[in-house]
Amino acid sequence: MSAQSSARKIPGTPIFDGAAARKGYALNRMCFSFNDKANRDAFARDEDAYCARFGLTSEQRKAVADRNVLAMLEAGGNVYYLAKLAGILGLNVQDLGAQQTGMSVAAFKQMLVEPGK
Amino acid sequence: MARIVGGIGVSHVPAIGGAIARGLQQEPYWKPFFDGFEAAHRWLAKVKPDVVVAIYNDHGLNFFLDKLPTFAVGAAAEYFNADEGWGLPVQKPYTGDPALSWHLIESLVADEFDVTMCQEMVVDHGFVNPMQLLWPGKERPVRVVPVTINTVQHPLPSPARCFKLGQAIGRAIESYEEDINVLILGTGGLSHQLDGTRAGFINKAFDLMSLDKLGGDPKVLTAYSSLDLIEQAGAQGVELLNWIAMRGALGDQVTEVHRSYHIPISNTAAGLLVLEPVPAALRANAA
Repeated sequence: MSAQSSARKIPGTPIFDGAAARKGYALNRMCFSFNDKANRDAFARDEDAYCARFGLTSEQRKAVADRNVLAMLEAGGNVYYLAKLAGILGLNVQDLGAQQTGMSVAAFKQMLVEPGK
Repeated sequence: MARIVGGIGVSHVPAIGGAIARGLQQEPYWKPFFDGFEAAHRWLAKVKPDVVVAIYNDHGLNFFLDKLPTFAVGAAAEYFNADEGWGLPVQKPYTGDPALSWHLIESLVADEFDVTMCQEMVVDHGFVNPMQLLWPGKERPVRVVPVTINTVQHPLPSPARCFKLGQAIGRAIESYEEDINVLILGTGGLSHQLDGTRAGFINKAFDLMSLDKLGGDPKVLTAYSSLDLIEQAGAQGVELLNWIAMRGALGDQVTEVHRSYHIPISNTAAGLLVLEPVPAALRANAA
């Protein structure tokens, strides 16, 4: 989570600052396009061609190919835009949480319930 | 003259829209959350707002990183909801109040809040889900003025700045000559985090303190920085900024009409807070 350059670090928490925004622009711009169904379909039809159209860096392309959320964040992805890609991939926010924390989805969901008890 | 009848803070978790679309309000997972709104519905029926000024954050539907305003005010006759990319049903358009919008804009800029003015603004779940929660039927008896606060791209505005924005919104409404009732909405939160290895973070103690202080002593919240809020409430828990702005519009003293708090809705601690301003003549310290 070092796409950021802000002096203050909050453990486990990306801060989407100017450095991250510059680094992630192509990836986030592609994800913004997924507000349109035609673009989501085009990505699903030919992922390589779609990513190339937006000029993803090799780091961003690999993170997307690997479906690796932490790597996407590291490559400057912003979670609000990445959420639209996650929708195409059929991942909900518990799936994303489980992947990023290295937990099973069931264990992640249980973790969410605990503080309410 | 226009008057502010109250303020509501309410979570806007995307999954709420899905639950409403599928009619899951009475399911065990959802019931405790939706039941909390009955008191808000009764209160709304009593105070009868004509217009809602809805303070929320766009999530990458209307604004992209190419041009991202810190504060923006809608000035459209109609606000369209649109596809956000993950399957929520698109709601029919919301009726605006362009005359009030332009009065707000004039007043805010005169008050040194140099807002972005939007004659077109598509509204996402941050706006739509609270509207559906508060007016669940087909009837929509209110006009709307959306106001957005940037919570996407750092640097974010500080809690103190958002509170002052709310105060300026309050002054604008009090100087509006139409005889209308205005409700202020602040949406999002409470504690949650979607990204990073701390994903799933929820902080009940901080949320309950925030609910207490919003009503009684908002200076406690405006003393934090936005990064402090992220540390305490999670990366997206910073949406509390919208609630702080809402509180700013309500004046010095408020009474709490209702609150509910439920963990979890999706990855989020969901909250609802209904506040009513205390008229100047009735304040405890009135001369």
